[in-house]
Amino acid sequence: MSPDYLELLHALMPEAALVIGALVVLGFDLVVAKRDTLEERMNSSVTIGALSIVAALWHTVRAGAFGPAFGGVLNFDHLAVAARGGVLVLALLTLLLSAGTAHARHGAEYVAVILFATVGFTLMAAAQQLLLAFLALELASLSLYVLAGFDKSRPASAEAGLKYFLFGGMAAAFLLFGFSLIYGLTGSIELPQIAAQLAHQGMSPLLVVALVMVLVAFGFKASAAPFHLWAPDVYEGAPVSSAALIASASKLAGFTLFTRLLWPGFGIVAGIAPTAHVWAGWVPVVLLLSGSSLFIGNLGALAQTNVRRLLAYSAIAHAGALLLGVVVAGRAGPGPLFYYAATYGLATVGAFGVIGVVAKAGACQKITDLAGLHRRSPLLAGCLMIFILSLAGVPPLAGFFGKFAVFAAALQLGGLASPVGWLVFLAIAFSAVALYYYLVILKQALVTAPAADASRIAVPAPAAITLAAAALMLLLFGIFPSLLLGMF
Amino acid sequence: MPLLSLIIFVPWVGALLLAALPRIGDGAARVLTLIASLSTLALGLVALASFHPAAPGFQFVEQHDWIRSLNVHYHLGLDGMSLLLVLLTGIVSPAALLASWKQARSPRYFGLLFLALQGAALGVFLALDFFHWFIFWELSLVPAFFLIKLWGGPGAARAAYQFFIYTLAGSAFMLLGFAAIFAATGTLDFTQLARLAADGLLVEKLAAVSGFWPQAVFLGVLLGLAVKVPLFPFHTWLPPAYAEAPVGVSMFLTGVMSKMGVYGFLRILWPLFPAHLHAASGWLLCLALGGVVFGAFAAMRQTDLKRMVAYSSVNHLSYCLLALFAVSYSTGRIGFTVPASIAAFAGTLLQMFNHGLSAAALFLCVGILESRSGGRRGLGDFGGVRTAAPVFAGLCGITMFSSLGLPGLNGFVGEFLIFRGVFGLAPCTATIATLGLLATALFLLTFWQRVFHGPRAGAASREFRDVAGIELVALVPLVALMFLFGVLPHLLTNLFNPLVTSWVSHINPVVTTAQLPLP
Amino acid sequence: MNALPCTIYISFTGALLALVAGIRSAATARVVALLTALTSFGVTLMAAMDFVPGPGLQTLINHPWIPQLGIRYHLAADGISMTLIVLTGIAAVAGILFSWNIEERAGEFFAFFLTLIGGVYGVFLSADAFTLFVFYEIAIVPKYFLIANWGSTNREYGAMKLVLYSFAGSALVLAGLLWAYAAGGAHSFGIGDLAAAARHFSPALQTGMFALVFLGFAVLAGLFPFHTWAPTGHVAAPTAASMLLAGVVMKLGAYGCLRVAMPLFPLGLAFWQPAIAGLAIVGILYAGLVALVQDDFKFVIGYSSVSHMGFVLLGLAAANAQAVSGAVLQMFSHGVIAGLLFAVVGRMVYERTHTRQLEDLRKMPLHRLMPFAAATFVLAGLASMGMPGFSGFPAELTILIGTWKTAPMWALAAAVGVPVAAAFTLRVIQVSFFGSTEAKAVPATAVHPLPPITLAEKTGALLLLGATLLVGLKPDLLFDWINPALQSPLFQAMFKGGTP
Repeated sequence: MSPDYLELLHALMPEAALVIGALVVLGFDLVVAKRDTLEERMNSSVTIGALSIVAALWHTVRAGAFGPAFGGVLNFDHLAVAARGGVLVLALLTLLLSAGTAHARHGAEYVAVILFATVGFTLMAAAQQLLLAFLALELASLSLYVLAGFDKSRPASAEAGLKYFLFGGMAAAFLLFGFSLIYGLTGSIELPQIAAQLAHQGMSPLLVVALVMVLVAFGFKASAAPFHLWAPDVYEGAPVSSAALIASASKLAGFTLFTRLLWPGFGIVAGIAPTAHVWAGWVPVVLLLSGSSLFIGNLGALAQTNVRRLLAYSAIAHAGALLLGVVVAGRAGPGPLFYYAATYGLATVGAFGVIGVVAKAGACQKITDLAGLHRRSPLLAGCLMIFILSLAGVPPLAGFFGKFAVFAAALQLGGLASPVGWLVFLAIAFSAVALYYYLVILKQALVTAPAADASRIAVPAPAAITLAAAALMLLLFGIFPSLLLGMF
Repeated sequence: MPLLSLIIFVPWVGALLLAALPRIGDGAARVLTLIASLSTLALGLVALASFHPAAPGFQFVEQHDWIRSLNVHYHLGLDGMSLLLVLLTGIVSPAALLASWKQARSPRYFGLLFLALQGAALGVFLALDFFHWFIFWELSLVPAFFLIKLWGGPGAARAAYQFFIYTLAGSAFMLLGFAAIFAATGTLDFTQLARLAADGLLVEKLAAVSGFWPQAVFLGVLLGLAVKVPLFPFHTWLPPAYAEAPVGVSMFLTGVMSKMGVYGFLRILWPLFPAHLHAASGWLLCLALGGVVFGAFAAMRQTDLKRMVAYSSVNHLSYCLLALFAVSYSTGRIGFTVPASIAAFAGTLLQMFNHGLSAAALFLCVGILESRSGGRRGLGDFGGVRTAAPVFAGLCGITMFSSLGLPGLNGFVGEFLIFRGVFGLAPCTATIATLGLLATALFLLTFWQRVFHGPRAGAASREFRDVAGIELVALVPLVALMFLFGVLPHLLTNLFNPLVTSWVSHINPVVTTAQLPLP
Repeated sequence: MNALPCTIYISFTGALLALVAGIRSAATARVVALLTALTSFGVTLMAAMDFVPGPGLQTLINHPWIPQLGIRYHLAADGISMTLIVLTGIAAVAGILFSWNIEERAGEFFAFFLTLIGGVYGVFLSADAFTLFVFYEIAIVPKYFLIANWGSTNREYGAMKLVLYSFAGSALVLAGLLWAYAAGGAHSFGIGDLAAAARHFSPALQTGMFALVFLGFAVLAGLFPFHTWAPTGHVAAPTAASMLLAGVVMKLGAYGCLRVAMPLFPLGLAFWQPAIAGLAIVGILYAGLVALVQDDFKFVIGYSSVSHMGFVLLGLAAANAQAVSGAVLQMFSHGVIAGLLFAVVGRMVYERTHTRQLEDLRKMPLHRLMPFAAATFVLAGLASMGMPGFSGFPAELTILIGTWKTAPMWALAAAVGVPVAAAFTLRVIQVSFFGSTEAKAVPATAVHPLPPITLAEKTGALLLLGATLLVGLKPDLLFDWINPALQSPLFQAMFKGGTP
């Protein structure tokens, strides 16, 4: 392996842009904007951060998919490019929505940490080596822990940060242990070599342990049941933008990373296949995770009165469907999965964005806090409707087609002859259940009259534009799914 | 000129006119209604003038394509039977309107509904395709329902509801029967179906599904018609409906609408299902007999005059069915003779007409009594009316005697022919049926005696106006016609004599043209 | 003819415009909505003029939509779709006329309304199962907001129940379609292609798929025992929404059964036929009997809808050309008639008397206070009970004829429903409009005069009445469209139980 640093620099231009952006944000805030009001400092930070993300996005798009780089440590295939683009867009939206919201005391730091987390995400999207994967994951995770606990004025935020950190740290430990076992088994940390070795070796008890370790970490990252326990508390306690980032970009990056690990890396030991009835492998475990997530997410959501916890449970439920997407990626390619994760991220960012704007005008924790949103701000109500309906999977919004594509691919794995088929039916059945709790939100927002003391909500222009853009994207990708699917 | 269409639709046009003129005065509305109603008589007479009794088949036929997908044609036609009933409608309807002339509440709506009803009834008598025949058949229920409900007595709502639902339930099964017939044959035209039936194809096609179904279809059609007539024991809707209806409507119901059922038996059931009717005729004879006897005895037990007349209608209409069933029963049996059959059919048709006249007149009389007593019409509410109102007593007496079949009046001829026929065909039945005759005489005479004779009592003890004016205009023509057709029944029998002969000849091809044994 | 897809786009654009116009004033919004509905209805009628009936779907537009999954944006029409599109046009115009009095959030109301209408047009025009499904779902969701926002009695419950039932149904449909798509090699969602692929499925597979898809659609068509959303939903809904619900949305379900479930899986149809017919008959009778004892005027009409849709489902289950053509005609007929009934009950009566309890209405001399409403309701009621002369009659007759051909016993059982329908319809006519004739104590002057019937209401009522009478007297107008459509190879194979 002869490292070509020029090539590396070329390949990592987006990351470079982000890091530089983060540094500039910090420096600018420290040097130039010292005397401005907190809000102005936040705005300037967000502007610089947004510009750096746009630059990163531009580099990503311009470079396109050029295959393995830096001796195969990174792989810029179509998935990587799409995922990088996806996390960048989602991070950009999160960033714009955080402008003018609460916790502006350390605005620049907040923006910088978001940018660092984004670097982690983009690297996760392209990593093809266990070590880099772990590093990228940890970079992202550490940033997210900070983001979750950023609002020091609220104990709930601190609790969220701590909880997230403890669970995350545990998961990281599992992952590291799993990686080390794999390295021990195959003698390599490069996925292609690992795959080749595994094809040679086949299944072994140690590999089972390693896979389980990896999947535990994956489950945590994906907030899949039974590793979901952190999600409701973090979504509820963390600052809104942090929660949005955790739910959207982080998930997209996580799923990309693990799909890459599981299929190109451990595809040989996937286990179940519709043709060969081999049960030993990681797919059955993923299916179990998927099924339990669908159950716990959907049923748990039914009982929620807190809108953020509800979104957390909805995230768990969506993780169940996304895990199905991981299973089908082996055969149908990562297209459906990516589409699902990206559009899910869009809708979640949007939903959290609306909550953030509402929260600025008063509390927004209980579902009833959204009451009468159609009077308080028709724009927010309209956008929320699109986000929530997309989460619910109602056409022509993108959320529908995501589910559709994943399910269609999953059923092709063998129809009802394979358990995947039954899981698809379960997921479809739960989508009807899910509509109930989504409609509960919309009922408050669009039907119920506002509380007596509720005033109109002034939506800041950036937030309004961002929300409208997210809503339009959901509609656009829903009507023309080929825009995203065609990238693969 | 589409004469038959005119006959049907002129009353409907009148109804539409009334609907379109919301500001029309009460008097004008009444006159307009009467004129539209009289059109039937006028057009009926026009038809009579150019009607050839001896010509086979239908006359004045109108046939146009209508609904290709159901092979429905707009097909109207007139034969002796239809003509008879059209004329009857033409006579009874204006009389009924005159009887309700004083109707205080919204004469415009009354006229509108009445004309709608009249048109529908005429449509039933003239339509030759099940599709629009059924339209008229069912639509006649609606105005009748509202006429009873809105202008009727205290129990009118319930009576009207019962009347509607009973009849409609029966019709539903008839509809199903025809659905089956269409499914099997692909046509709904009565003439074509009759031809198929004559060739035995109808039953054969129906039986293609399973042998049980021709019977079921027959039963369905039978049920629909039996409720309408009504045939005992499906008559329970009739007494309350007739009793609660306002007088004009009672007249029309008994005079015209009750004929629709009998007409259906003769036009549809018998031609289409001769074999099944024959097979069932034993039972049906018993039912008809039940109607004759039970109707008469039930009438005897009534104290409400209107209910009494209503039950007498059950009795009289059952004679018509009795004759038909007797013919069907005896077909192929030893008792069958052509003259008896012809007599029975001729009697049936005559009885339809005569009952229409006399029952309508009877209701009119009861209505007049009612109008004098402030709404009471119990048998015990009157007494000695004869001395108070001699003209009325005379007219009413003639009507009653016509109804119980006194020779010289019209009722006698029909009943005589029926008994003449039935005695020949099914003697035992005829013997039992005479019980009904007896009871009829008894209750009508009781009526006569309690109301008109004795000391003035009840309503008649106070001032009791004799008939006059419009009442007279309504009643006198009816009574005059009773005399006329009592003395000259040929006027009517000539209209349908060839028709009846051909009917019987179709039962048994070796028939010779027999002269009707008239009294 | 080729302009038909515009009905969809016009409706969606109109929804957006109405939303914007609603910011200015309610009046602008409703004018925009009416113009939109009239335009798309006009387009429909123009298309109906040059529509040449023939077997099979006539493609209007067909180009790739999601090539990765073999999904095409394929719109096409045959006589069946034409019939229902005309119905949609009528229902949309009438619905807007009967919501002329909506003042609160009128822009949003008409936006949801027109979105629904656009979705309905889309369903009736789709020749690709995916396209159809997308439009189907677009039509479902606005119902929730229409009912929950502008409805009356128990509206949030009714709306939620209705939408959850519909969505559960569509989940079944989705499962079945995806299954068939995957099993057929995942090439195409075109109905013809899917049917061709399904021909090679084992009977067991077809049976399962048919059950999913048919049941899913039939929930929306009010198949017993999955009908319970209908009465509560209808009662809760504002007038225009119940008109649309009964008028076109329930038809979506039946149409889905006919267009997708049945031709795709003829063997499944053959297997489930008796069960469907049985449930349809139970629905006819049960809903009719329940309607007989309701105290709420609108519940009666709601249950009557279930009963009438039972006839549609029975016609479909009988699966021969005659019965199916009758079923399609019944869809049209019920759409118009139920719309009219709901208009009278919900708009004319309820919004003036503020009660729907039959006991309260009995005390008001409504036939004198509102002669127009009374006359309209009587005519609509007659049409609803299948009186000849109105569109319900040829429809029910044809269904009975067709059903008889398949199984006489079914026809016999269904015929019992006819008098039941007459009984409950007549009962509400009696009690609601003519109740006070018994207790003559209440003089008309003692009751406050009610606001007069507006021109918009009269126009709407006459439009619907005209439609039912026209079709009742000249059913060939629609039969000439429907019958050729049923000659298509797809339907013919279906009638023959899957043997091509």
